[in-house]
Amino acid sequence: MPESLKSAEAGHWGNDIRSDLHVAIEPRDSGGIEIGLESRVGLYYGSSILAQAGEVLDALGVKHAKVSIHDEGALPFVISARIEAAVKRAGLGDGKKSLPEKVALPQPSSRDRLRRSRLYLPGSEPKYFINAGLHGPDAVILDLEDSVHPAEKDAARVLVRNTLRAVDFGACERMVRINQLPLGLEDLAEVVPESPDLVLIPKVERPEQVGEVDRMIGQLKTRSKTDRPIWIMPILESALGIENAFFIAAVSPNVCALTIGLEDYTADLGVVKTAEGRESLYARNRVVNAAKAAGIQAIDSVFGDVADMDGLRRWGENSRAMGFEGMGCIHPGQIRVIHDAFAPSQTEIDKALKIVAAFEEAQQKGLGVVSLGSKMIDPPVVERAKKLVARAKQMGKA
Amino acid sequence: MAAKLELAQNAAGRMVPTTVNGRQQTPYLGVGQYHPHGQKAAPPVCSSNEYPENGDKRVADLETALRNCGLQDGMVISNHHHLRDGDAVALMALQAAAKIGVKDLLWFPSASFPSQKSAIELMEKGVIHHIEGSMNGPLGDYCTQGKMRGMGILRSHGGRWQAIQDGEVHIDIAVIAAPTADPFGNADGSHGKSACGSLGFALADSTYADHVVVVTDSLIPFPCIPWQIQGNNVDYVVEVPSIGDPSKIVSGTTQITRSPDRLRIAEFVARFLRDAGIMRNGFSFQAGAGGIALAFVDYLRRMMKEDGVRARFVRGGSTKYLVELLQDGLTDYILDGQTFDLDGVKSIANDPRHVATSPFTSYNYHGKGNFASMVDAVVLGATEVDVNFNANVVTHSDGRLLHGIGGWQNCLASGCSILALPSFRDRIPVIVDEVTTLTGPGELVDVVATERGIAINPRRQDLLDAVKGSSLPIRPIQDIKAEVERICGGRPARPKRSDRPVAIVKWVDGTVLDTVWQLN
Repeated sequence: MPESLKSAEAGHWGNDIRSDLHVAIEPRDSGGIEIGLESRVGLYYGSSILAQAGEVLDALGVKHAKVSIHDEGALPFVISARIEAAVKRAGLGDGKKSLPEKVALPQPSSRDRLRRSRLYLPGSEPKYFINAGLHGPDAVILDLEDSVHPAEKDAARVLVRNTLRAVDFGACERMVRINQLPLGLEDLAEVVPESPDLVLIPKVERPEQVGEVDRMIGQLKTRSKTDRPIWIMPILESALGIENAFFIAAVSPNVCALTIGLEDYTADLGVVKTAEGRESLYARNRVVNAAKAAGIQAIDSVFGDVADMDGLRRWGENSRAMGFEGMGCIHPGQIRVIHDAFAPSQTEIDKALKIVAAFEEAQQKGLGVVSLGSKMIDPPVVERAKKLVARAKQMGKA
Repeated sequence: MAAKLELAQNAAGRMVPTTVNGRQQTPYLGVGQYHPHGQKAAPPVCSSNEYPENGDKRVADLETALRNCGLQDGMVISNHHHLRDGDAVALMALQAAAKIGVKDLLWFPSASFPSQKSAIELMEKGVIHHIEGSMNGPLGDYCTQGKMRGMGILRSHGGRWQAIQDGEVHIDIAVIAAPTADPFGNADGSHGKSACGSLGFALADSTYADHVVVVTDSLIPFPCIPWQIQGNNVDYVVEVPSIGDPSKIVSGTTQITRSPDRLRIAEFVARFLRDAGIMRNGFSFQAGAGGIALAFVDYLRRMMKEDGVRARFVRGGSTKYLVELLQDGLTDYILDGQTFDLDGVKSIANDPRHVATSPFTSYNYHGKGNFASMVDAVVLGATEVDVNFNANVVTHSDGRLLHGIGGWQNCLASGCSILALPSFRDRIPVIVDEVTTLTGPGELVDVVATERGIAINPRRQDLLDAVKGSSLPIRPIQDIKAEVERICGGRPARPKRSDRPVAIVKWVDGTVLDTVWQLN
């Protein structure tokens, strides 16, 4: 047996584990494939799991190995991801992938689509993936960065790739947060062929970092022969990143939004992160201003206390007032509160509708000056009203 | 060994034994098709002058009480589950019987709990012949492994009353755990250190059994007010240091589910009641103490407040969430079958609008009507439901006994019965081609609410019409099933079963709805 081969494992099992499995693999010189299976759902899917495991090993080019599977009700796309991760860790196989059945891709997302809420899903926790789209966030983020243990990066990458391919997230924009470069480039190689709608780059400090990711995405798209857009959202998480905000925002037309990570930013400043956020006011203002200057969206950080819905609402309303168009969420329960917070009020919508109507009336009459009652309306006010009405329509409010 | 087994196909297409534990059975005939005749059962005539004039019926211990009741081999002993998993009295009674040396008892609990697993030893020793009552956990496994000598009989709460009242089960001795009692035998569940709320499950036994023993750990001088069990039906009173573990009798607080998927289901159900026009002034509903049901009550409460709607009555299992409705003026009454948490117990003890009910008032097939059919909507769970809305609540998909029927079957009589369940559990789809064990006929299941959408039984065109224009995801049940099977990677295999019956599932009228088979 070549020395590069070794026993390896991937995935998780145990009483508290749901929708995952653990795969242990022992390379062998001969004797073909031997698979042992213990499964929570063995009575119902035992033979289906064994058949799938055999097909996956075959597709990966594994000829001789002993494989032990402990399954906790994992879905097929998870089963193949865990087997592939274990095979790669064992140094087995011929470098091929085993891709699960593909669901239809959603509509390509547009640069300025609604991005009020983006739900973070830890990239190594498959149980959260399956129903995430049902809760109706504007986007889901399959996270490969901070929520994934360094030793699990390789396995999470394969799992996230399979998830992009096999899980139907409905109308959600499908985002992936890659790792910091250079690790993030390996993430891109795995996930870009499965057409995520947007890539979040963490801890961006210089425009060149975004440029590198943008080029890599471009190359991978060319290789996959697709021109489906993959947008980029840099996350600024340091004092230097904030100082360079505008250049980062303007570095590529593929950058559609700028966001901020407050945990790391406040750590960089050496200050305590508070629920009011006074310590990050400057940075957040700067992000908004830089994004608007570059003609893209400004998106706020997350609100960490999932039990404090009033605090979340206040944070979101304040964010919107500052010029942000959305924020992150770490629990489905936050989604509705965030959507409410970022929605214009009925009073705002009614006023905007009146302004737009007055503008249209003036246009019809060929009048240069728009007026509402006794007040003259300036052109920028008309523009803002139009934008607000368009957004309200997207949210189903007008 | 039992006589040669004969099976018959019932009206639901299920194969069921025609004789069970030596008694002839009627296979299920269809909803409302069974019309029995004859006289109701009655306890023997007794004479009040044979009982102490001073009203003091106390004896030293349970063994003495059982001896005085004339306990013999093969008798039927009944207990009740109002103390739930905290109950100590049932085992006390069975162990006292073992000490006396009798054999082959039929144990007839209104439900059994995992803490009563030492009943298995009493079956091994021959003291208990078999159990007729819900079995789960270790007792359920013992039964489904085919180790019990007789066949298990699962009945709904109403079905238990029916069986007692029409004489299908004759109780020789009923042993009733009482959180408070007086020496005459009047008993109450709402007070005392082991307070549990309603004693409704013991009511039939107290009036139909040959002998009745009340066991209490809180004896007070006559009169025990209020009395839920009447001392005039009671032979003996036994005082013991403790009738159970209060921490397992009621929860300190019942917990709403935190699962986003389950919250979504709960909200769908509440919105369904609102959008279908069921939530209106004077309406009524019933919901239990499961995580989804509690969350449903919480969502509905907010919608009732928003819309200024007030219910005439709600039915428990009561919890703090129902109590809040009462206190907020959102319902006129709670009609309570059992009491699940401390807020519920406090409320039933102190608030005259919170009333204890029994399976007689609510569920009994031989009653002249019952409350269950007057409830506008009920929210229930299930382990499986099929494309024709038939549902299983008693076994896992592999046929292992999981739950008792409880009031589940009886509640299907409500104006709109809703099953609220996740569309799959551990990769196993909940919507199937055919349920493993039929517990509820599909014609009585009106709505299946999952996190992926709500299916309305096509028989309920009125409900389909009522929610037209609603923003709820109303979908054909086959549609949801197909989506879930796609997610789960195909249909699950059906586990093979043996052809030896180990228990039967009764319908509310006493006919045999389905069979539980021994596990291989």
